[in-house]
Amino acid sequence: MAVKVIIPTPLRPYAGKQESVDLQASTVAEALVGLTTRFSELKKHLYADDGRLRSFVNIYVNDEDIRYLQKEATDLRDGDTVSIVPSIAGGARAA
Amino acid sequence: MSSAVLKIRDELLRRIHAHGVETYPHECCGALLGRDGAGSREALELVPLENRRNDSPRNRFEVTSDDVRLAEITAREKQMELIGWYHSHPDAPARPSEFDREHAWPWYSYIIVSVQQREPRETTSWRLRDDRSAYDSETIESAAHSAKR
Repeated sequence: MAVKVIIPTPLRPYAGKQESVDLQASTVAEALVGLTTRFSELKKHLYADDGRLRSFVNIYVNDEDIRYLQKEATDLRDGDTVSIVPSIAGGARAA
Repeated sequence: MSSAVLKIRDELLRRIHAHGVETYPHECCGALLGRDGAGSREALELVPLENRRNDSPRNRFEVTSDDVRLAEITAREKQMELIGWYHSHPDAPARPSEFDREHAWPWYSYIIVSVQQREPRETTSWRLRDDRSAYDSETIESAAHSAKR
């Protein structure tokens, strides 16, 4: 499936300064693998050391958060837009 | 390497401080909208946001991805960019914590205001290094009036 991955501004320096990347992928997982294979510098900003998406990295397919779909197994269709959206977290000291 | 610079009007800094006082002893948070050019970054507007961390708002804050999308849309509508975030550290220094570092991306400016006993004290700004190893301090240049928009 031909899909478009929207790259958020802070990550564009690691994705050839592109606002979006066109990929062939049938699931969200495939799209992310395709993206990070092409732009390996993105990996450390998307994935934690255990290989999972960082807790503050959220993926949307069109306007739906994949947590409410089938997560990374969510199917993609031709023309879908995949967005990488952070949630912003932090705090003063250890909880 | 010279320090990055964030320009911001005094009035916006005062609003960040007021937000931190208003939510004390809980952390406040919000988005910084502005412009980022070659070697020059200026915050021009704030989007105060709700701290979604109801379990430990005294030492944690969270802006949900839906709120981030809202901030991005607001920035686009104003022909600006979402250039960073601010939050308060109630009764704690204006220094990024390890938790801050683990939950950040490079490029964004992260303003932290220390609010001690309901009084805004030190205000700092930070950018995460490319390799995620640490933050670098960003110089805050404040002025009564902004540069030409």
